Amino acid sequence: MDATAIHQRLSARFGNQVGECDSQAKDPAIAVLPEAIVPVCEFLKTEPELAFDALSNESGVDYKARGVIQVVYHLYSYRHRHKIVLKVDAPRDRPVIPTVESVWKAANWLEREIYDLLGVTFAGHCDLRRLLMPEDWVGYPLRKDFVEPEEYHGISTRRESLIK
Amino acid sequence: MSLAGYEIEVERVAGTGLATEAMTLNMGPQHPSTHGVLRFVVKADGEVMLEAIPDVGYLHRSIEKISEKVGYHGFMPYTDRVDYVAAMFCNQGWAMVCERLAGLEVPKRAEYCRVIAAELNRIASHLLSVGTMVLDIGAATPFFHAIREREKINDLLEELCGARLTFNYMRIGGVAWDLPPGYAEKCLAFLDQFEPLIDEYNDLITNNKIYVERLADVAVITAAEAVNYNLVGPNLRGSGVQYDVRRGEPYSVYPELEFDIPVGGGEVGTVGDCFDRYIVRIREMQQSIKILRQCFKQIPNGPVIAKVPRKFKPPAGDAYIRVESARGDMGWYTVSDGTEFPYRCHVRTGSFSAMSILDKASRGLMIADLVAVISSLDIVAPEVDR
Repeated sequence: MDATAIHQRLSARFGNQVGECDSQAKDPAIAVLPEAIVPVCEFLKTEPELAFDALSNESGVDYKARGVIQVVYHLYSYRHRHKIVLKVDAPRDRPVIPTVESVWKAANWLEREIYDLLGVTFAGHCDLRRLLMPEDWVGYPLRKDFVEPEEYHGISTRRESLIK
Repeated sequence: MSLAGYEIEVERVAGTGLATEAMTLNMGPQHPSTHGVLRFVVKADGEVMLEAIPDVGYLHRSIEKISEKVGYHGFMPYTDRVDYVAAMFCNQGWAMVCERLAGLEVPKRAEYCRVIAAELNRIASHLLSVGTMVLDIGAATPFFHAIREREKINDLLEELCGARLTFNYMRIGGVAWDLPPGYAEKCLAFLDQFEPLIDEYNDLITNNKIYVERLADVAVITAAEAVNYNLVGPNLRGSGVQYDVRRGEPYSVYPELEFDIPVGGGEVGTVGDCFDRYIVRIREMQQSIKILRQCFKQIPNGPVIAKVPRKFKPPAGDAYIRVESARGDMGWYTVSDGTEFPYRCHVRTGSFSAMSILDKASRGLMIADLVAVISSLDIVAPEVDR
């Protein structure tokens, strides 16, 4: 099933909670409102004609100019061999998105990683802790306005250039 | 400590009235069998694991952040470090996502060169995986056999790109150089010598009773679980799901090549146990040999790199590419804002999802089995941490 058809199915079911379908993009993507992401994902997974049984990837992108952090879901169906991208925008100053961990277990670690590096809070996540950075790290490294700290526990992060 | 809430019934010391207590153990970050800086916080009752929580991030180097600073061409050598034992696939994934963003066409000969490099690397990576797996379980000799053959592949890859570990052969738009003269003959000679050795390995380890007993029925992952946790590559196929990105979402010249997708069938135990994940890798090496032979037969003449501007500026947009790495489906999500630097790049790797299922897969097993589970899932630490 192609992106336009999937978008029609979603619009018929969820109305204006599902936004535009960008079918001209390299990977056609459907915009979804944060509050609708869990029912939309459940629908995509359980509907037999869609059967998106795998969450291939979940990434966060900081669009500083637009003031949003976007979480991008790449879904894949092993049964039908088709794919779709969902995009959820959350305000940059208070990004909260419900977790899709109940739909795909793979989201557990992927969301922890996004929380760790971009500071998106996934509401309802069972174990939202930092994954890659130390637990006491301040700030979110993949945000565009992240400034590298001068030192960490007394260890300087500055190094003199080897090239004089 | 109360053990209520755990699914596992732990046998009490009968007749003594002694209560047992759960004990917390640290395995790693430096442990001979974790092959890299990996830490597990194991809660155990005697020798039975109640939990094995992976603690990752010791090797985190912010490769994704680096990509935003060094530009598209400049990021290529960094991709090797994502998975240093199978670097060719990282190269290929990055090159492909850039080409997709810019709409570049790669010359046919370059695609064949890429497949040759990638499949050689797959054999090398699987040899290391299988070899260390046997080593972790307690047999050293097969490991040396595997490493000896891997050295020969390293020689071949060194001739191709100059490196013996962080191979770097591919470029955006093609490959760095053409194959050196006489390369096909050398590779084919190696394959002729290596192919019968796989049967010898099988005699030595695959049918070895001790080895089978250690792996059969251990850490069974069902097909539904594997898909739900998004296990990929040999781990997914070990659970009986016949899926390979090379066939499911064909890229490069794979549609022109003939090969099978081996899946685990529960030959000595249950489908999806450690043995199935092991045997899938052995059979994949045989398929790679088959692919390589066809490549050398079919490779056309022509250029090996497309015309790519030095200042590579793909138009704004995003793209997602998946390649079948030695550790499975490796996803590259890249956002371009039309400048020389990627706006955002996210790598999704096979070891990442394998690591997330480890706690679930190892509950109720013995501590000694954890080693077998880690190596059967073929986890490479920098691939988890990036």
